[in-house]
Formats: sequence, C-alpha cells, structure tokens
Amino acid sequence: MRINPRIINRLVRMGLNVQAFFTVGILIIIVAIIFFKGFPHMSFAFIFSFPEDMGREGGIFPSIVGTIQLALLSILFATPLGLGTAIFLTEYTRESLFTKLIRFGVESLAGIPSILYGLFGFIFFVIKLKMGWSLLAGVLTMTIMILPTIIRTSEEAIRAVPRQLRIVSYSLSASKWETIKKVVLPAAMPGILTGIMLSIGRAVGETAAIIFTMGSSLRLPLSVMDSGRTMAVHFYILAREGISMEKAYGTAVVLVLSILLINILAYYIMNKAIARYS
Amino acid sequence: MIDRTVFKERFVKWVLVAFALSSLLFLFLIFLFILAEGLPLFLKVGVKNIIFGFKWAPTKGYFGIFPMIISSFLVTIGALVIGAPMGLSCAIYLSEYSGKKMKMFLKPALELLAGIPSVVFGFLGVIYIVPLVRNYLGGSGFSLISTSLVLGVMILPTIISISFDALVSVPKTYREGSAAMGATKWQTIYKVIIPSAKSGILASFILGMGRAIGETMAVIMIAGNALKIPGSILDPLRTLTGNIALELAYATGDHRLGLFSTGVVLMVIIMILNYIANFGIKRKIAK
Repeated sequence: MRINPRIINRLVRMGLNVQAFFTVGILIIIVAIIFFKGFPHMSFAFIFSFPEDMGREGGIFPSIVGTIQLALLSILFATPLGLGTAIFLTEYTRESLFTKLIRFGVESLAGIPSILYGLFGFIFFVIKLKMGWSLLAGVLTMTIMILPTIIRTSEEAIRAVPRQLRIVSYSLSASKWETIKKVVLPAAMPGILTGIMLSIGRAVGETAAIIFTMGSSLRLPLSVMDSGRTMAVHFYILAREGISMEKAYGTAVVLVLSILLINILAYYIMNKAIARYS
Repeated sequence: MIDRTVFKERFVKWVLVAFALSSLLFLFLIFLFILAEGLPLFLKVGVKNIIFGFKWAPTKGYFGIFPMIISSFLVTIGALVIGAPMGLSCAIYLSEYSGKKMKMFLKPALELLAGIPSVVFGFLGVIYIVPLVRNYLGGSGFSLISTSLVLGVMILPTIISISFDALVSVPKTYREGSAAMGATKWQTIYKVIIPSAKSGILASFILGMGRAIGETMAVIMIAGNALKIPGSILDPLRTLTGNIALELAYATGDHRLGLFSTGVVLMVIIMILNYIANFGIKRKIAK
C-alpha cells in the first residue's frame, strides 16, 4: 500500500515540531528545576557570607570571588592573544601554509577536552613551573582553553567589517595599524565582545580543568599564588560528597543564573551587530 | 617621521605574528607534556599490557585500561544513538520548517543549552535520571544507559548547530528543482537535501562523539565508575576521562604516570575523531 506523500509530509512536520520543542523543553526543565529547588536556599546572606563546616553551613562568597577572579584574569590574558591572532589572520596575510598551520593549531585546541587541559595544567603549571594549586595556574590553563573561542569570534567579526571602511581610511593616508586600531576594531567590537562574553561563560562553568590547577581551597584567594574554588567546583564538591543538597542547589542557582545572563547578553550583542551589517 | 611609522608598522606585525604563533606553541606544549609523562609507562609496562590489559591496580603495577577504552566508546555510541536522531531532526526543523520568528527563539535557546555546565548535567542526572533507571529498569541506576541519556542531551547543541549549517548551505536551486518535479517538502528533504548535506551531518555526529568521549564531570557523577566492561546497559562503567579525574588528585609516582598514559590514549582517540571531522569530511565537500 502506498501512503499519500502529502499525509507523510504532514506527519513528519508534526513530528519535527514536537521534537524541536521537546529539545527546548529539556533546557526549560533544567533551568526550572534548578530555580525552583534552589531559590528558597538563595539569599543575600548566602551570597555574601563565608562557608562554614566545609560548606554545610554559611554562604558561598569566596567561591563567587574566585569565579570572578578566574574569569576576568583569563580574559585579560586571552583577549590580547586571541584578538592579535585574529587581526593577523584577517589583515596581515593571505591564506598560505602558515595560516593553515595556525588554523590547525586553533582547531585542535578547540577540540581538546577539558580534562586534558586539566592534566596539562597540572603537570606544567602546578608541578613543573612550581606554581602549586593556585589561581595563577587556573588562570593560565583557562587562558589556553578560551583562546580558540576568542580567535574564532574575533576573526568572524573583523571579516564582517565592510572593505569600504578600510579603503576610505587608507585614502585619508592612515597607515595599516592606524586603520585597524581606529576603524576596523571599533566596527568589529560587538562581535569581539560576544566572544569575550562566551569565554567568560565557559570559565564560569568549567570544572575538570580548574579543580586540578586552581585546587579547591575554601579560603578567599588573596594573591594569585593562593588556591581557591570557583562556584562550579564548590557545587561539584557539595553534590558529589553529599555535603549539603540545599547548599548545592543554592550554589547551582547562582551558577546557572550567571552563565545564562552572560550568554544571553553575548547573543544580544551579537544580534545587534548582525542587524547593523545586514 | 616616516621612518617611525614604518618601524611601528613592522613592530606591530611581528608582535601579531608572535601572538598568532602562541596557539601553536600551546598545542605543542600540551602534546609535549602529556606525552612526556604518559609515554614512559608504555615503554616500561608494554603497550599491550596497558591498552589490552584488563586489570587496573596502579599501586600494584597493573595499568590495563582496556575496559575503560571499551566503556568510553560504549557511552559515546550510546550518546550518539540518543543525540543524533534528536539533533538531526531539530536541525531539519530549524532549517526547513520553522518560521523566522520561531528560529529567532529556538536557535538562541538551543545555544544556551550548550552553556549549562557539565556538573549541572551530572547533578540533575544523579537526582532524576539515575533513580528513574533504578526504579523502572533495575540495577543501581548508575549505568551505561543513564550516562548515555545525559551525554546524548549534552551533545545536542554540537550536532544541531553543525548539521543546521550543513542543511542551510544546500543551494536553493536544489529545493526549487525538487519542488518543480512535484515532490512534497519531506520528499525533498530526505531525497535531495539530506543527501547533499550528508558530509556536514556526518561531521556533526563525529564532533558530537568527540564531545561525548571527552566529557568528564557529568560522567563521573553518573557512570558508577566500576572497573570492568559493562555486561548490559544497566551496568556501571568507568571511562578514560573518569579514570583521570577520579584519581589525579592523590596519585603519585607510577600511578600518576598511568593516568597520563590514559590521557595519551584519550588524546589519540580525540585527535583521530577531530581529524576525520575537520579534514577528511571537509575535503570531501570540496570535491
């Protein structure tokens, strides 16, 4: 028997519709569970007080500070490196063996799973360079991890800047670097910012690479050589060692909420940038 | 004055070259240090005893990681069985069926899913999926199937975004040609669009596999971490990533080297998968 293709077409359409909303439904359910279970345990005091008794009591203030330190310092290192690479790839060379080699490096870095970054950071920064479990070791490991994201997004943003802008700048006798600095980069800024925001989100959520480089000390890191804990690591330890489910949910709310806000902001900036050039 | 400008331009260029080389330098350092720590044990204990060894007792001189290699592949295939059809159908819906407004809502929502940290997936897996499996299917719940379910969802964003790009890049004339022959939308999709986007879709599956095999935190929370090859989908298992993450914090001496050997095996598998996805398949598209 041959079923009418039109009917199949309808059924498939319905099925795919359901499927797409089911997938988005997973996201909504995850966020909803975290929020409903976690909000009762989240308060002003929870955010701004120190943990007591391994995190069984008290708040998560040091881990919030640790997260911010890690994210901002990694961005501070990775942005010049990544942006510089992107500028070089787009403005200073044409496609050659050399750019292919660099692209291969970036692609490979992007594909390495975080646990291998953890292994590398542990043996290189913590042991060989004798940094110990420290904020610095965490930051340097994270810098390498987020580099590919920054390079890719910046490269796309710089490529999207219309050629006319550059030509006009040259015609006003600006040099190449002046053109890049004063014309190209400001025009590409929204796209670059998107990459930076996405990288911050990644640093905030990372666990496997951080736990073996930055360690998991509960104290507030006061220097870059101190060990510390990010929210993600704190949440992992609370949940895995069964220290406190309430505190784990409370930490999860702060963690997920900050990542969602950072990423939403990133996509918002990107959409505005796309709207500008199309 | 002119000399200063020229000098500055040259200086900037060389700084940028140095920055661009940093990615390669980091990649080199990562390889160098993981290999330097991981390879000596292969020479000492023997490649065969590590890769095909069944017993992992690093303090007693046994470094067999064969069960972990198999387990890593099992969860990866499990994740693909769940994630590939879901992801591909989402991508088809997004590229072929959804209206512009729907797309504006769905695409960012799916990208946000990629931002949820893996510890959160692991935690929710332990709280909701593990008891579900334990109550309805049996076993402890910490199992191959629970891990595959959670990983399947975690690789969705990768599969969706890459197959979406592949589907969207099929030329419009193909669709018009097919429609002109009187084909319905679905006939067009599965006879024309999917075959033309085949290599991109395949690449999305392979990169999804790469993500699943490298995933750590969610896996150690859900997989149960038992040291044998799982006999059924309800048995616990330990992956290569899990082995490293569980023991690195306290391992010393040969035990630590054993974890780096595990890392070497993982790195080789990931490099092969990424190579297939990025070069093997892309080259095919070029042809």
